[in-house]
Amino acid sequence: MACEKIEAIVKPFKLDAVKEALTQYGVEGLTVSEAKGYGRQKGHAEIYRGAEYIVDFLPKVKIEVVVSDSIVESVLEVILESAKTGKIGDGKIFVYDVEKAVRIRTGEVDDEAI
Amino acid sequence: MKLLKTIRLTSVLLFLPISSFASTGGVSAGDTAWLLISAALVMMMTPAGLALFYGGMVRTKNVLNSMGMSFVTYGIVSVLWIVFQFSLAFGGDVNGLIGTFKYMFMGRDMNLVYPGTHVSIMAFAAFQLTFAAITTALISGSVVERVKFSSWVVFSVIWSTIVYVPLAHWVWGGGWLTKMGIADFAGGLVVETCSGVAGLVFALMVGARKGFKREAMPPSSIALSIFGAAMLWFGWFGFNAGSAIASNALASNAFLVTNTAGACGALSWMIMDWSVHKHPTMLGFASGAVAGLVAITPAAGFVNNVGAIIIGFVAGIISWIATGYLKYGLGYDDSLDVFGVHGLNGIWGMIAIGFFADPKVNFARGLVYGGTHQIVVQLIGVAATVAFVAVGTFVSGKITSVLTGGLRIDEEDEMKGLDVVVHTEKGFEI
Repeated sequence: MACEKIEAIVKPFKLDAVKEALTQYGVEGLTVSEAKGYGRQKGHAEIYRGAEYIVDFLPKVKIEVVVSDSIVESVLEVILESAKTGKIGDGKIFVYDVEKAVRIRTGEVDDEAI
Repeated sequence: MKLLKTIRLTSVLLFLPISSFASTGGVSAGDTAWLLISAALVMMMTPAGLALFYGGMVRTKNVLNSMGMSFVTYGIVSVLWIVFQFSLAFGGDVNGLIGTFKYMFMGRDMNLVYPGTHVSIMAFAAFQLTFAAITTALISGSVVERVKFSSWVVFSVIWSTIVYVPLAHWVWGGGWLTKMGIADFAGGLVVETCSGVAGLVFALMVGARKGFKREAMPPSSIALSIFGAAMLWFGWFGFNAGSAIASNALASNAFLVTNTAGACGALSWMIMDWSVHKHPTMLGFASGAVAGLVAITPAAGFVNNVGAIIIGFVAGIISWIATGYLKYGLGYDDSLDVFGVHGLNGIWGMIAIGFFADPKVNFARGLVYGGTHQIVVQLIGVAATVAFVAVGTFVSGKITSVLTGGLRIDEEDEMKGLDVVVHTEKGFEI
């Protein structure tokens, strides 16, 4: 069966909640990286001795998780619920098709590999 | 710096041969203890206080270079001072303009009491050394992030010799401003106006940092800057109270008014930030403290605590305007505001003496207490210092430029940052 990758960009302080919820649901692995960016939230102002700087890029966390087709919708729901604060800047979720997945240790592919 | 009465006595004594004031029983244990502690406190202000204050305000790629300029300057001036600079500033007098070479290498007579004091010449020279070092190091704040390190080293040698030494002699060493009755207790002219004006002139010569006014230059660590400012405040007790060159009531007055003015400067800057920018910035609070401490420096031995409150409070507002508006309005890249904080408040503190000098504290009488003479002397001192330092710094910069083949690092190195390019080190591994 085919896999899909879910890429979720969330507020850094929500990382633990998302991880917790995914583990509880049964997702066995994920990849996390620190990211910076902006959407509708835009940046914030910093002032040093009267000089104002607009910081455009805000710190976010990017979570990548690959799951099989059958559970994509439910995993999406889990992330949506656990990462939401209702305020601007909560982030985005993107879903991509994965052509192939391989577990390096055993050579297993696709569903078996994740 | 010290009681004018004693300075006047000094200027008379300086015409006598050394042996005539080589007093044997003149060393006071109390005065010596306080002066040596003060010297150590002021020493800390350069490689720790100033270095952290400055290092925290520059971008991460230049933090080590900026701290290094302060520390290296301390090393350079330490040597020059005992070899000949102390002698030229404080040893004898030639026409009120400069000292002599009589104390080259400090001589061998440790029992020699410095004229007008009750301390060994060694203690007095050690204390004064720390002032020469920090004044020179202060200028680096105007030119950080783009001046060549070699240029800085050469500049600090030339400038400390041809600008700091004569000015210290004029004001404190029995020179013409001493004789005129200038009131500069701990360096409103010699340290603050001097470093501020020099910083502005040198910054104009070196030119603005690439991207000045156009791109964000986020400070590497406000936490370091605040710690540095706190260490400066701590060291300033030695700076100002030590300048009594005695362990007495005048030193105690200087100690307390120093603290008062520092606090008032910090609070007034915070009030300005809070009311205008809607946020009380901590770099602002710390900078305001430095502004207040700068302004009280010349006045610490002349004003009471009411005077100190006014001096400090106004100082914070002066620097708040200078750093946030004047600099960007006029477009000069005095990067860490040496002119805006030290220069302007050195001048303010000197003039404030003309208003608030309390005759119960020291010899000077300000306008508030019915004196009209002192403010005239103060204004002459400020005008002479600004003019002399501006010209002297320009000359120092020109000579440096010739000797080091320009004053600036090249554009690519400026982008990479001086830490890796100059020192092959990083201040932080992030």
